[in-house]
Amino acid sequence: MIRLTGVHKAFGDNVVLGGVDLNVEDGETLALLGPSGVGKSVLLKHINGLINPDAGEVYVDGQSVPLLERKELAQLRTRIGYVFQFGALFDSMNVFENVKLGITDEDFSNNDDYCRLRVQECLDLVNLTPETALKFPADLSGGMKKRVGIARAIAGQPKYLLYDEPTSGLDPVNADIIDALVKKLQNELGVTSIVVSHDVRGSFRVGDRVALLADGKIRHVGPPDSFQDSGDPAVRQFLERDFGQ
Amino acid sequence: MAEERWRLSSAYRIPIEGKAKLDIRRYLGRGFLQAATHMGRVFYLFVEIFRALPEWRIWLPRTWQQAYQVGVGSLFIVLLTAGFAGGVTSLQAGYQFTATIPVYFAAGVITQSLILELGPVLTALILAGRVGARYAAELGTMRVTEQIDALESLGRSPVSHLVIPRVLAGTLMLPVLVIFADATGIFSGWLAARHTLDISNHDFIYGARYFFKPYDLWYSLFKSLFFGLAVTFVPCYMGFSTGKGAEGVGKATTGAVVSSSVLILALDALLSELLL
Repeated sequence: MIRLTGVHKAFGDNVVLGGVDLNVEDGETLALLGPSGVGKSVLLKHINGLINPDAGEVYVDGQSVPLLERKELAQLRTRIGYVFQFGALFDSMNVFENVKLGITDEDFSNNDDYCRLRVQECLDLVNLTPETALKFPADLSGGMKKRVGIARAIAGQPKYLLYDEPTSGLDPVNADIIDALVKKLQNELGVTSIVVSHDVRGSFRVGDRVALLADGKIRHVGPPDSFQDSGDPAVRQFLERDFGQ
Repeated sequence: MAEERWRLSSAYRIPIEGKAKLDIRRYLGRGFLQAATHMGRVFYLFVEIFRALPEWRIWLPRTWQQAYQVGVGSLFIVLLTAGFAGGVTSLQAGYQFTATIPVYFAAGVITQSLILELGPVLTALILAGRVGARYAAELGTMRVTEQIDALESLGRSPVSHLVIPRVLAGTLMLPVLVIFADATGIFSGWLAARHTLDISNHDFIYGARYFFKPYDLWYSLFKSLFFGLAVTFVPCYMGFSTGKGAEGVGKATTGAVVSSSVLILALDALLSELLL
């Protein structure tokens, strides 16, 4: 379970998070909506300790993330797969090596046979052909890069998956493919996921619950239906374009 | 408007009339804070390096790859520069030495200049441009494209994957390159001296050996180790601290080359004072 309580974060004078409270139950997919630049990615990076809060608590599986020692944090991160907005693939490595890096268990990562099979399996899960393994990130399209990023994130068999804008910059067809992939991975792997997005329709499709982050706080959180019934002006304004409310 | 200009530069006070006026105390204070921040980050990176040393299975293979790239990749330009340095030193010695000075003195000047100063310093400055710029640009690009965050998110240490191999490879390869640079410089100096000073082989060897002390060679290699650290650690730090976007990478790269070059010259002066 992931639990954030009163999380504050500011960069200089710019207050990004002003007391965020959020719970994510095991096995569920939470879609986190919000306008660009509101701090969705910052919030996500608090969960795996890439950013520490100025105040507040971040708990994953009952462990306080900001208080973890170096080794404990590294251990926790092996249980959290992170899909970066632009893939963040290592451009000096081919797809096979990139995905292999996601195998975080040292016993497995030193076993060549296991690595070959696991990389193959992960590429298959994200609908990429085995030939892709030999390509370099520069040879891949935007959608393929995102899928390789997802394959790398799931290679270590994580309990949690954090997606940072997995569909941004993609055409509607590829965005639908990625959304379907997020659902497929939740069903097949049973992972707990947080999907950060500003795509309302996609978020409603993939999320068991949807949350809206605006003005540094969670303005609404609940099932997609309840979201559409919200009277909060920030929520209504955000939904206006997609649902004409 | 006044408030906006205040925010743009906190070192300037904006009076009611609206004209900017430099506040020296604020300016110095901000500079001091920036310097303290850098010192703290440098110290933290050093601590991280020492903490990551037990992860030798990760950094050792990568160190060999980096050492090959630094050593073999830089060899041609290092030899070319050392060759010219030796030749020019010899030509200038020929211009300055008059008939009252024994000609074998020139051989001593050429060899000592190369071993004590030109070999290590020129090699280090070349590596600051060639290797330092590359390291800062590589790590800076990795920072802005979130590749370093990706490594961390996989529970892996960016220091053992990226910093230790680069710092170790550069620090160990610089003395090796200096040995080649010294030998090439002395060789080209000998060739040029035969032409300009009309010195015999016997006199050149006699002069070179007359002034040579084994300690000089050790000193040359010892200071190369420090130069190697400056040439690699500073760019790695700059790359790691890169700001946002292409402009940030550009600034980090320029800053890395300038800072490591200045540090080389400062270390040269300090080590000469302490060790000679």
